[in-house]
Amino acid sequence: MIEIVLILPAFLVTVVLGLVASWIVRKVSALVQWRVGPPILQPFYDIMKLMGKETLIPQDAQRGVFVSAPLVGMAGVLLLSTMLLRITLNPEAMFVGDVIVAIYLMVLPSLALILGSSASASPHAAIGTSREMKLVMSYELPLVLAFIVVIIKTGGQLNLAGIAEYTPALSISGMLAFLASLLCIQAKLGFIPFDMAEAETELAGGVLIEYSGALLAIWKIMQAMMLVALPLFLVMVFLGGIATSGWSLLLGILKYVLVLVLVILIKNTNPRMRIDQAMKFFWFYCGIALVVAVVLATIGNYYGIGWL
Amino acid sequence: MSWRIKYLKKSPWVFHVNVGACNNCDIEVVNLLTPKFDVERFGIKLVGSPRHADALLVTGVGTRQAAIRLREVYRQTSKPCAVFLIGACACDTGIFHSGYHVEGPVDNIIKEVDPNAIIAYVPGCPPKPEAIISGVVKALSAI
Repeated sequence: MIEIVLILPAFLVTVVLGLVASWIVRKVSALVQWRVGPPILQPFYDIMKLMGKETLIPQDAQRGVFVSAPLVGMAGVLLLSTMLLRITLNPEAMFVGDVIVAIYLMVLPSLALILGSSASASPHAAIGTSREMKLVMSYELPLVLAFIVVIIKTGGQLNLAGIAEYTPALSISGMLAFLASLLCIQAKLGFIPFDMAEAETELAGGVLIEYSGALLAIWKIMQAMMLVALPLFLVMVFLGGIATSGWSLLLGILKYVLVLVLVILIKNTNPRMRIDQAMKFFWFYCGIALVVAVVLATIGNYYGIGWL
Repeated sequence: MSWRIKYLKKSPWVFHVNVGACNNCDIEVVNLLTPKFDVERFGIKLVGSPRHADALLVTGVGTRQAAIRLREVYRQTSKPCAVFLIGACACDTGIFHSGYHVEGPVDNIIKEVDPNAIIAYVPGCPPKPEAIISGVVKALSAI
Protein backbone atom coordinates (compact mmCIF):
# COMPACT_ATOMS: atom_id res chain seq x y z
CA MET A 1 0.00 0.00 0.00
CA ILE A 2 2.78 2.43 0.98
CA GLU A 3 4.31 1.91 -2.48
CA ILE A 4 1.15 3.09 -4.24
CA VAL A 5 0.96 6.08 -1.90
CA LEU A 6 4.53 6.95 -2.90
CA ILE A 7 4.51 6.10 -6.60
CA LEU A 8 1.25 7.71 -7.72
CA PRO A 9 1.99 11.28 -6.57
CA ALA A 10 5.59 10.90 -7.77
CA PHE A 11 4.27 9.86 -11.20
CA LEU A 12 1.92 12.84 -11.43
CA VAL A 13 4.53 15.32 -10.19
CA THR A 14 7.21 13.96 -12.54
CA VAL A 15 4.93 13.94 -15.58
CA VAL A 16 3.75 17.51 -14.99
CA LEU A 17 7.29 18.78 -14.29
CA GLY A 18 8.57 16.79 -17.27
CA LEU A 19 6.05 18.32 -19.66
CA VAL A 20 6.98 21.79 -18.39
CA ALA A 21 10.69 20.92 -18.79
CA SER A 22 10.16 19.73 -22.35
CA TRP A 23 8.32 23.00 -23.07
CA ILE A 24 11.36 24.85 -21.65
CA VAL A 25 13.59 22.84 -24.01
CA ARG A 26 11.49 23.78 -27.04
CA LYS A 27 11.01 27.41 -25.98
CA VAL A 28 14.69 28.05 -25.20
CA SER A 29 15.67 26.35 -28.50
CA ALA A 30 13.22 28.66 -30.26
CA LEU A 31 14.62 31.74 -28.52
CA VAL A 32 18.18 30.72 -29.42
CA GLN A 33 17.07 30.49 -33.06
CA TRP A 34 15.27 33.87 -32.82
CA ARG A 35 11.78 32.34 -33.10
CA VAL A 36 8.63 32.65 -31.02
CA GLY A 37 8.27 28.99 -30.15
CA PRO A 38 5.32 26.85 -29.02
CA PRO A 39 2.76 27.77 -26.32
CA ILE A 40 3.31 26.38 -22.81
CA LEU A 41 0.63 23.68 -23.14
CA GLN A 42 2.12 22.33 -26.39
CA PRO A 43 3.73 19.15 -24.89
CA PHE A 44 0.38 18.39 -23.21
CA TYR A 45 -1.47 18.83 -26.52
CA ASP A 46 1.04 16.51 -28.22
CA ILE A 47 0.51 13.76 -25.63
CA MET A 48 -3.31 14.09 -25.74
CA LYS A 49 -3.27 14.00 -29.53
CA LEU A 50 -1.06 10.89 -29.62
CA MET A 51 -3.38 9.18 -27.10
CA GLY A 52 -6.29 9.72 -29.48
CA LYS A 53 -4.50 8.33 -32.53
CA GLU A 54 -4.65 4.82 -33.91
CA THR A 55 -1.85 2.52 -32.63
CA LEU A 56 -0.35 0.55 -35.51
CA ILE A 57 1.73 -2.57 -34.86
CA PRO A 58 3.81 -3.77 -37.83
CA GLN A 59 2.96 -7.19 -39.23
CA ASP A 60 6.43 -8.69 -38.68
CA ALA A 61 6.94 -7.15 -35.23
CA GLN A 62 7.27 -9.14 -32.01
CA ARG A 63 3.98 -7.93 -30.55
CA GLY A 64 4.66 -8.60 -26.87
CA VAL A 65 8.08 -6.95 -26.73
CA PHE A 66 7.00 -4.11 -29.03
CA VAL A 67 4.09 -3.19 -26.73
CA SER A 68 5.76 -3.77 -23.35
CA ALA A 69 9.11 -2.04 -24.06
CA PRO A 70 7.80 1.53 -23.54
CA LEU A 71 6.18 0.47 -20.26
CA VAL A 72 9.45 -1.08 -19.02
CA GLY A 73 11.34 2.09 -19.88
CA MET A 74 8.81 4.29 -18.15
CA ALA A 75 8.82 2.05 -15.06
CA GLY A 76 12.59 2.54 -14.76
CA VAL A 77 12.42 6.33 -14.96
CA LEU A 78 9.43 6.35 -12.59
CA LEU A 79 11.35 4.38 -9.94
CA LEU A 80 14.37 6.65 -10.31
CA SER A 81 12.33 9.84 -10.00
CA THR A 82 10.32 8.47 -7.04
CA MET A 83 13.59 7.67 -5.29
CA LEU A 84 15.04 11.13 -5.97
CA LEU A 85 11.88 12.98 -4.92
CA ARG A 86 11.60 10.96 -1.71
CA ILE A 87 15.23 11.63 -0.77
CA THR A 88 14.73 15.33 -1.54
CA LEU A 89 11.61 15.57 0.63
CA ASN A 90 12.81 13.36 3.49
CA PRO A 91 16.61 12.87 3.68
CA GLU A 92 16.35 11.02 7.03
CA ALA A 93 14.19 8.21 5.60
CA MET A 94 15.34 4.60 5.87
CA PHE A 95 17.29 3.13 2.94
CA VAL A 96 15.62 4.37 -0.24
CA GLY A 97 18.39 3.78 -2.74
CA ASP A 98 22.00 4.67 -3.43
CA VAL A 99 24.15 5.68 -6.38
CA ILE A 100 24.48 2.08 -7.60
CA VAL A 101 20.71 1.54 -7.73
CA ALA A 102 20.40 4.84 -9.60
CA ILE A 103 23.05 3.79 -12.17
CA TYR A 104 21.13 0.58 -12.86
CA LEU A 105 17.76 2.36 -13.11
CA MET A 106 19.22 4.92 -15.52
CA VAL A 107 20.20 2.17 -17.98
CA LEU A 108 16.63 0.82 -18.13
CA PRO A 109 15.19 3.40 -20.58
CA SER A 110 18.02 2.83 -23.07
CA LEU A 111 17.62 -0.95 -22.75
CA ALA A 112 13.88 -0.65 -23.30
CA LEU A 113 14.52 1.51 -26.36
CA ILE A 114 16.92 -1.13 -27.75
CA LEU A 115 14.37 -3.91 -27.08
CA GLY A 116 11.41 -2.04 -28.54
CA SER A 117 13.15 -0.90 -31.69
CA SER A 118 14.71 -4.27 -32.43
CA ALA A 119 11.25 -5.86 -32.04
CA SER A 120 9.75 -3.51 -34.63
CA ALA A 121 11.21 -5.29 -37.70
CA SER A 122 12.28 -2.13 -39.51
CA PRO A 123 15.69 -1.70 -41.18
CA HIS A 124 15.90 1.94 -40.09
CA ALA A 125 15.15 0.92 -36.51
CA ALA A 126 17.85 -1.77 -36.74
CA ILE A 127 20.50 0.84 -37.56
CA GLY A 128 19.15 3.03 -34.75
CA THR A 129 19.33 0.06 -32.36
CA SER A 130 22.95 -0.68 -33.16
CA ARG A 131 23.86 2.97 -32.68
CA GLU A 132 21.97 3.14 -29.37
CA MET A 133 23.81 0.03 -28.13
CA LYS A 134 27.21 1.50 -29.03
CA LEU A 135 26.21 4.79 -27.41
CA VAL A 136 25.22 3.05 -24.15
CA MET A 137 28.56 1.23 -24.15
CA SER A 138 30.45 4.47 -24.71
CA TYR A 139 28.86 6.69 -22.05
CA GLU A 140 28.45 4.17 -19.21
CA LEU A 141 32.21 4.02 -18.54
CA PRO A 142 32.74 7.79 -18.05
CA LEU A 143 29.51 8.05 -16.05
CA VAL A 144 30.60 5.38 -13.57
CA LEU A 145 34.10 6.92 -13.34
CA ALA A 146 32.51 10.31 -12.59
CA PHE A 147 30.50 8.80 -9.72
CA ILE A 148 33.68 7.12 -8.41
CA VAL A 149 35.22 10.61 -8.16
CA VAL A 150 32.23 11.73 -6.09
CA ILE A 151 32.39 8.67 -3.86
CA ILE A 152 36.10 9.33 -3.18
CA LYS A 153 35.47 13.05 -2.53
CA THR A 154 32.68 12.32 -0.04
CA GLY A 155 34.74 9.77 1.88
CA GLY A 156 33.11 6.56 0.66
CA GLN A 157 29.48 7.68 0.77
CA LEU A 158 27.12 5.64 -1.42
CA ASN A 159 23.86 6.89 0.07
CA LEU A 160 22.35 9.70 -2.04
CA ALA A 161 21.10 11.65 0.99
CA GLY A 162 24.66 11.52 2.39
CA ILE A 163 26.23 12.60 -0.90
CA ALA A 164 23.78 15.51 -1.20
CA GLU A 165 25.32 17.07 1.93
CA TYR A 166 28.59 17.66 0.04
CA THR A 167 29.19 19.80 -3.04
CA PRO A 168 31.90 17.94 -5.02
CA ALA A 169 31.64 20.33 -8.01
CA LEU A 170 33.53 22.97 -5.98
CA SER A 171 36.88 21.20 -6.57
CA ILE A 172 39.01 20.54 -9.67
CA SER A 173 38.32 16.80 -9.86
CA GLY A 174 34.65 17.28 -8.99
CA MET A 175 34.26 19.93 -11.70
CA LEU A 176 35.87 17.62 -14.29
CA ALA A 177 33.52 14.82 -13.24
CA PHE A 178 30.50 17.16 -13.34
CA LEU A 179 31.27 18.35 -16.88
CA ALA A 180 31.87 14.80 -18.14
CA SER A 181 28.66 13.49 -16.60
CA LEU A 182 26.75 16.46 -18.03
CA LEU A 183 27.77 15.22 -21.49
CA CYS A 184 26.79 11.66 -20.54
CA ILE A 185 23.36 12.97 -19.49
CA GLN A 186 23.14 14.67 -22.89
CA ALA A 187 23.69 11.28 -24.53
CA LYS A 188 21.20 9.57 -22.19
CA LEU A 189 18.53 12.12 -23.09
CA GLY A 190 19.26 11.52 -26.79
CA PHE A 191 19.92 15.21 -27.48
CA ILE A 192 22.17 16.65 -30.18
CA PRO A 193 25.21 16.09 -30.51
CA PHE A 194 24.44 12.51 -29.40
CA ASP A 195 21.07 11.94 -31.11
CA MET A 196 22.45 9.57 -33.76
CA ALA A 197 20.06 6.81 -32.65
CA GLU A 198 16.99 8.90 -33.45
CA ALA A 199 18.58 10.99 -36.23
CA GLU A 200 15.42 12.47 -37.79
CA THR A 201 17.21 13.58 -40.93
CA GLU A 202 19.01 10.35 -41.85
CA LEU A 203 17.19 7.50 -40.05
CA ALA A 204 13.74 9.15 -40.14
CA GLY A 205 13.16 8.69 -36.42
CA GLY A 206 15.50 5.69 -36.00
CA VAL A 207 14.59 3.69 -32.91
CA LEU A 208 11.07 5.16 -32.68
CA ILE A 209 10.23 4.91 -36.39
CA GLU A 210 7.49 2.23 -36.13
CA TYR A 211 5.80 3.55 -32.98
CA SER A 212 2.52 5.42 -33.30
CA GLY A 213 -0.43 6.54 -31.20
CA ALA A 214 -0.54 5.67 -27.50
CA LEU A 215 2.77 3.75 -27.52
CA LEU A 216 4.58 6.76 -28.99
CA ALA A 217 2.87 8.88 -26.32
CA ILE A 218 4.37 6.64 -23.63
CA TRP A 219 7.85 7.08 -25.14
CA LYS A 220 7.33 10.84 -25.21
CA ILE A 221 6.18 10.84 -21.55
CA MET A 222 9.23 8.72 -20.67
CA GLN A 223 11.56 11.21 -22.35
CA ALA A 224 9.81 14.08 -20.55
CA MET A 225 10.24 12.31 -17.20
CA MET A 226 13.94 11.76 -17.92
CA LEU A 227 14.23 15.54 -18.33
CA VAL A 228 13.28 15.79 -14.64
CA ALA A 229 15.06 12.77 -13.20
CA LEU A 230 18.51 13.04 -14.82
CA PRO A 231 19.28 16.75 -14.13
CA LEU A 232 17.85 16.29 -10.61
CA PHE A 233 20.21 13.36 -10.10
CA LEU A 234 23.19 15.45 -11.24
CA VAL A 235 22.15 18.25 -8.87
CA MET A 236 21.96 15.78 -5.97
CA VAL A 237 25.29 14.13 -6.71
CA PHE A 238 27.45 17.12 -7.72
CA LEU A 239 25.78 20.36 -6.66
CA GLY A 240 24.68 19.63 -3.12
CA GLY A 241 21.06 18.61 -3.70
CA ILE A 242 17.83 20.53 -3.20
CA ALA A 243 16.83 21.52 0.34
CA THR A 244 13.08 21.99 0.85
CA SER A 245 13.06 24.79 3.42
CA GLY A 246 12.53 28.46 2.56
CA TRP A 247 15.05 30.24 0.36
CA SER A 248 17.22 27.17 -0.15
CA LEU A 249 14.34 25.60 -2.14
CA LEU A 250 14.62 28.51 -4.57
CA LEU A 251 18.39 27.95 -4.76
CA GLY A 252 17.77 24.25 -5.44
CA ILE A 253 15.36 25.03 -8.28
CA LEU A 254 17.95 27.46 -9.67
CA LYS A 255 20.54 24.64 -9.68
CA TYR A 256 18.14 22.36 -11.58
CA VAL A 257 17.31 25.05 -14.14
CA LEU A 258 21.04 25.79 -14.55
CA VAL A 259 21.77 22.14 -15.44
CA LEU A 260 18.74 22.02 -17.78
CA VAL A 261 19.71 25.24 -19.59
CA LEU A 262 23.33 24.02 -19.96
CA VAL A 263 21.98 20.85 -21.61
CA ILE A 264 19.73 22.88 -23.93
CA LEU A 265 22.56 25.24 -24.93
CA ILE A 266 24.87 22.31 -25.75
CA LYS A 267 22.00 20.86 -27.78
CA ASN A 268 21.54 24.05 -29.78
CA THR A 269 25.15 24.92 -30.52
CA ASN A 270 26.46 21.59 -31.82
CA PRO A 271 26.03 19.43 -34.92
CA ARG A 272 25.31 15.69 -34.67
CA MET A 273 28.38 13.48 -34.17
CA ARG A 274 28.98 10.19 -35.96
CA ILE A 275 28.80 7.14 -33.68
CA ASP A 276 32.55 6.44 -33.98
CA GLN A 277 33.33 10.06 -33.06
CA ALA A 278 31.06 9.75 -30.02
CA MET A 279 32.78 6.53 -28.88
CA LYS A 280 36.21 8.11 -29.28
CA PHE A 281 35.03 11.20 -27.43
CA PHE A 282 33.62 9.31 -24.45
CA TRP A 283 36.30 6.66 -24.09
CA PHE A 284 39.46 8.60 -24.86
CA TYR A 285 38.81 12.25 -24.02
CA CYS A 286 36.23 11.88 -21.21
CA GLY A 287 37.89 8.66 -20.00
CA ILE A 288 41.37 10.20 -19.69
CA ALA A 289 40.00 13.37 -18.08
CA LEU A 290 38.16 11.26 -15.52
CA VAL A 291 41.15 9.05 -14.73
CA VAL A 292 43.05 12.27 -14.01
CA ALA A 293 40.10 13.38 -11.85
CA VAL A 294 40.12 10.10 -9.91
CA VAL A 295 43.89 10.44 -9.27
CA LEU A 296 43.48 14.08 -8.17
CA ALA A 297 40.59 13.18 -5.88
CA THR A 298 42.57 10.33 -4.31
CA ILE A 299 45.60 12.59 -3.71
CA GLY A 300 43.35 15.33 -2.34
CA ASN A 301 41.65 12.86 -0.04
CA TYR A 302 44.97 11.36 1.17
CA TYR A 303 46.62 14.69 2.03
CA GLY A 304 43.38 16.38 3.04
CA ILE A 305 43.41 19.04 0.27
CA GLY A 306 39.78 19.98 -0.34
CA TRP A 307 40.10 21.91 -3.61
CA LEU A 308 41.87 19.16 -5.58
CA MET B 1 -16.44 17.61 -32.45
CA SER B 2 -14.64 14.83 -30.64
CA TRP B 3 -11.64 15.42 -28.37
CA ARG B 4 -9.39 13.56 -30.82
CA ILE B 5 -9.91 16.14 -33.56
CA LYS B 6 -9.67 18.96 -31.00
CA TYR B 7 -6.15 17.96 -29.96
CA LEU B 8 -5.17 16.95 -33.51
CA LYS B 9 -5.76 20.57 -34.52
CA LYS B 10 -3.57 21.81 -31.67
CA SER B 11 -0.53 19.76 -32.71
CA PRO B 12 -0.51 18.60 -36.33
CA TRP B 13 2.78 16.80 -37.04
CA VAL B 14 3.42 16.76 -40.77
CA PHE B 15 5.22 14.31 -43.02
CA HIS B 16 6.44 15.56 -46.37
CA VAL B 17 5.77 13.31 -49.39
CA ASN B 18 7.16 14.19 -52.81
CA VAL B 19 5.33 12.34 -55.60
CA GLY B 20 7.07 13.86 -58.60
CA ALA B 21 7.41 17.57 -57.82
CA CYS B 22 9.98 19.81 -59.51
CA ASN B 23 11.38 20.70 -56.03
CA ASN B 24 9.99 24.24 -55.96
CA CYS B 25 7.12 23.33 -53.64
CA ASP B 26 9.53 21.28 -51.50
CA ILE B 27 11.76 24.31 -51.02
CA GLU B 28 8.74 26.38 -49.96
CA VAL B 29 7.68 23.64 -47.51
CA VAL B 30 11.18 23.54 -45.98
CA ASN B 31 11.06 27.34 -45.90
CA LEU B 32 8.10 27.09 -43.50
CA LEU B 33 10.29 25.58 -40.81
CA THR B 34 12.82 28.42 -40.85
CA PRO B 35 12.82 31.00 -38.04
CA LYS B 36 11.17 33.58 -40.30
CA PHE B 37 7.86 31.69 -40.54
CA ASP B 38 8.19 29.47 -37.41
CA VAL B 39 5.20 27.12 -37.72
CA GLU B 40 6.05 25.65 -34.30
CA ARG B 41 3.88 28.51 -32.98
CA PHE B 42 0.89 26.44 -34.10
CA GLY B 43 2.41 23.18 -32.82
CA ILE B 44 3.31 22.09 -36.35
CA LYS B 45 6.40 19.88 -36.45
CA LEU B 46 8.09 18.04 -39.33
CA VAL B 47 8.50 14.35 -38.48
CA GLY B 48 10.54 11.69 -40.24
CA SER B 49 8.11 8.78 -40.25
CA PRO B 50 4.50 8.52 -41.51
CA ARG B 51 3.69 6.55 -38.33
CA HIS B 52 4.16 9.76 -36.30
CA ALA B 53 2.35 12.00 -38.78
CA ASP B 54 -1.08 13.63 -38.50
CA ALA B 55 -0.95 15.34 -41.88
CA LEU B 56 0.71 14.44 -45.16
CA LEU B 57 2.07 17.39 -47.15
CA VAL B 58 1.95 16.03 -50.71
CA THR B 59 3.79 17.90 -53.45
CA GLY B 60 4.03 16.85 -57.08
CA VAL B 61 1.92 15.51 -59.87
CA GLY B 62 1.53 11.88 -58.77
CA THR B 63 3.58 9.90 -61.30
CA ARG B 64 2.82 6.25 -62.01
CA GLN B 65 5.86 5.09 -60.02
CA ALA B 66 5.18 7.37 -57.08
CA ALA B 67 1.44 6.64 -56.86
CA ILE B 68 2.10 3.11 -55.54
CA ARG B 69 4.30 4.56 -52.79
CA LEU B 70 1.81 7.30 -51.97
CA ARG B 71 -0.95 4.74 -51.38
CA GLU B 72 1.42 2.76 -49.14
CA VAL B 73 2.43 5.87 -47.16
CA TYR B 74 -1.25 6.79 -46.68
CA ARG B 75 -1.98 3.28 -45.36
CA GLN B 76 1.01 3.51 -42.98
CA THR B 77 -0.14 6.82 -41.49
CA SER B 78 -2.06 6.34 -38.25
CA LYS B 79 -5.61 7.69 -38.46
CA PRO B 80 -7.20 10.20 -38.03
CA CYS B 81 -5.00 12.13 -40.46
CA ALA B 82 -5.38 14.87 -43.04
CA VAL B 83 -3.82 15.30 -46.49
CA PHE B 84 -2.62 18.69 -47.75
CA LEU B 85 -1.98 18.98 -51.47
CA ILE B 86 0.62 21.71 -51.99
CA GLY B 87 1.00 23.38 -55.40
CA ALA B 88 -0.76 23.39 -58.77
CA CYS B 89 0.57 19.93 -59.77
CA ALA B 90 -0.77 18.20 -56.67
CA CYS B 91 -4.14 19.98 -56.90
CA ASP B 92 -5.02 19.11 -60.52
CA THR B 93 -1.78 17.92 -62.25
CA GLY B 94 -1.09 21.47 -63.55
CA ILE B 95 0.96 21.72 -66.77
CA PHE B 96 1.52 17.95 -66.80
CA HIS B 97 -2.19 17.31 -67.38
CA SER B 98 -2.73 14.07 -69.40
CA GLY B 99 1.02 13.45 -69.57
CA TYR B 100 2.15 9.87 -70.32
CA HIS B 101 3.70 9.44 -66.88
CA VAL B 102 0.84 10.90 -64.83
CA GLU B 103 -1.33 8.51 -62.83
CA GLY B 104 -3.90 11.17 -62.11
CA PRO B 105 -4.66 14.01 -59.76
CA VAL B 106 -3.30 13.16 -56.32
CA ASP B 107 -6.70 13.40 -54.63
CA ASN B 108 -7.98 10.54 -56.82
CA ILE B 109 -5.01 8.38 -55.79
CA ILE B 110 -5.72 9.05 -52.10
CA LYS B 111 -9.46 8.44 -52.53
CA GLU B 112 -8.74 5.00 -54.03
CA VAL B 113 -7.35 4.00 -50.63
CA ASP B 114 -9.78 5.90 -48.42
CA PRO B 115 -12.88 7.53 -49.99
CA ASN B 116 -13.49 9.57 -46.82
CA ALA B 117 -9.99 11.07 -46.58
CA ILE B 118 -9.72 14.67 -45.35
CA ILE B 119 -8.10 16.52 -48.27
CA ALA B 120 -7.19 20.22 -48.45
CA TYR B 121 -5.82 22.09 -51.47
CA VAL B 122 -3.24 24.90 -51.55
CA PRO B 123 -2.80 26.03 -55.20
CA GLY B 124 0.11 28.06 -56.56
CA CYS B 125 3.25 27.37 -58.58
CA PRO B 126 4.83 27.26 -56.04
CA PRO B 127 2.50 28.62 -53.31
CA LYS B 128 4.14 31.19 -51.05
CA PRO B 129 4.90 30.06 -47.49
CA GLU B 130 2.30 32.56 -46.26
CA ALA B 131 -0.27 30.89 -48.53
CA ILE B 132 0.63 27.43 -47.20
CA ILE B 133 0.30 28.59 -43.55
CA SER B 134 -3.02 30.27 -44.32
CA GLY B 135 -4.27 27.19 -46.16
CA VAL B 136 -3.29 24.81 -43.37
CA VAL B 137 -4.81 27.03 -40.64
CA LYS B 138 -8.06 27.52 -42.63
CA ALA B 139 -8.33 23.79 -43.36
CA LEU B 140 -7.75 22.90 -39.69
CA SER B 141 -10.44 25.31 -38.52
CA ALA B 142 -12.85 23.88 -41.09
CA ILE B 143 -12.47 20.26 -39.93
